Amino acid sequence: MQNVITISNLSKTYASGFQALKQINLDIRRGEIFALLGPNGAGKTTLISTICGIVKPSAGSVLIDGHDIARDYRTARSLIGLVPQELTTDAFETVWATVSFSRGLFGKAKNPAHIEKVLRALSLWDKKDNKLITLSGGMKRRVLIAKALSHEPTILFLDEPTAGVDVELRQDMWKLVRTLQESGVTIILTTHYIEEAEEMADRIGVIRKGEIILVDDKMALMQKLGKKQLTLQLETPLEAIPGGLNGYQLELANDGNELTYTYDTQGERVSILALMQDLNTAGIRFKDLHTTQSSLEDIFVSLLKEKA
Amino acid sequence: MNIHAIRAIYRFEMARTWRTLMQSIISPVISTSLYFVVFGAAIGSRIPESHGVSYGAFIVPGLIMLSLLTQSIANASFGIYFPRFTGTIYELLSAPVSYIEIVISYVGAAATKSILLGLIILATAGLFVPLHVTHPFWMLLFLVLTAVTFSLFGFIIGIWADGFEKLQVIPLLIITPLTFLGGSFYSIDILPPFWRTVALFNPVVYLISGFRWSFYDIADVHVGVSLAMTLAFLALFLAVVAWIFKTGYRLKA
Repeated sequence: MQNVITISNLSKTYASGFQALKQINLDIRRGEIFALLGPNGAGKTTLISTICGIVKPSAGSVLIDGHDIARDYRTARSLIGLVPQELTTDAFETVWATVSFSRGLFGKAKNPAHIEKVLRALSLWDKKDNKLITLSGGMKRRVLIAKALSHEPTILFLDEPTAGVDVELRQDMWKLVRTLQESGVTIILTTHYIEEAEEMADRIGVIRKGEIILVDDKMALMQKLGKKQLTLQLETPLEAIPGGLNGYQLELANDGNELTYTYDTQGERVSILALMQDLNTAGIRFKDLHTTQSSLEDIFVSLLKEKA
Repeated sequence: MNIHAIRAIYRFEMARTWRTLMQSIISPVISTSLYFVVFGAAIGSRIPESHGVSYGAFIVPGLIMLSLLTQSIANASFGIYFPRFTGTIYELLSAPVSYIEIVISYVGAAATKSILLGLIILATAGLFVPLHVTHPFWMLLFLVLTAVTFSLFGFIIGIWADGFEKLQVIPLLIITPLTFLGGSFYSIDILPPFWRTVALFNPVVYLISGFRWSFYDIADVHVGVSLAMTLAFLALFLAVVAWIFKTGYRLKA
């Protein structure tokens, strides 16, 4: 797949001496949803702000669809829509005026039909004449998205788009993001909600202390780093694990009533079968069983611990 | 040139003027009218004519200049400071807009407002005192040049300020005193020689003198010097604005 954003050796050191980005190299593929995960202060917003022109890079380069963000900033920026993390809106403008303003600012001629389409898609049409100061936080978040979409960008940055919004709006946004992706828009989102990345993203990048520590397809990441657990509820409690089962690294829990077997997700079916046979041989009977799979959140937490 | 962006910012700023009509236009007109009532009609009638011009008419250019300077600064500084304060500046910084386009739109809108205000005050003055403009072209030129120059100054203040208090400091503590002492209400020729020399260090003297010359053909300094000083201010403020954008001072981290 063709890259739509190419980040090469991008570094940012603030005047205070704090190095927010360290030699970032990252490619974003056209049409994908890329989730950038990282703890607070990891550099997610600095990275987005640098790509969008809000923060000056100290070194390195960024190409947006082949256009350098410094030398060819007009074309590069006109391709991008940015939804910031903070709810920064004007107060006394109407929804219609502020969204129309954004379209003009990004160099596009008036197009009331497009503005109407965006406002309707975000359930803002009936609020179009309302002043921004009268809107709720969730509505303001929608307005920020409408502003970012007003000039028909092909790349959309969503910096913590669902922070502080209710479940319904979050679901609406996920739907909207999918619709945008279907129309060919590349989406880069940062989020604290790992379930959001798990639900939405095609690829995941993890940033920590200004460094990209991992980039991979979501499914591959979950397969490679994910763990599964098989928990057996025993008919008769065990005091200790029989010696013949030592090779499986089993754990006893719940006063010997549960036996847990942890395995990775890459084709360990044979060992499960062998475990069952060995349990049978050892005379261990179970009345129920269930499996659990580690979530992206578990993977994320273990990754950060591993690299700490 | 991103004409759509210039138009969008300009309209956005002008819309704020109409939204805040009372504060933007009506209150400066009322306060200036009060000056005419007090200095023109009440006290002015007891003050002798200066160079054949009644005192009420004499102070008109100075009063317009006072409003023009303070309002140009206030409009432009608020226009750029408010997006910084609310955080909406992110949109401007991430838009495909050049620095020149940003300056044209913000300074253009601020200057438009103060020029409109100056013309309204001029029309209001005509209700109180007999007015004539000897050199209308020069009057308009000084009006536009001063509005643009001090809107640029306001833009600089709006970038420099890190609180609302700082927005007020320079107009209140520097511009207003300099304007009052710069010959708004008197000709510096009536000052003792020492204070006249001191007054010549006040840059506002040159602005008011040139503007008054365009009305009544009378000036404290030659009109060419006034024009040169106005253009010098313009060049100075343009240079500072260019430096701000080159370094990203208080705009980009």
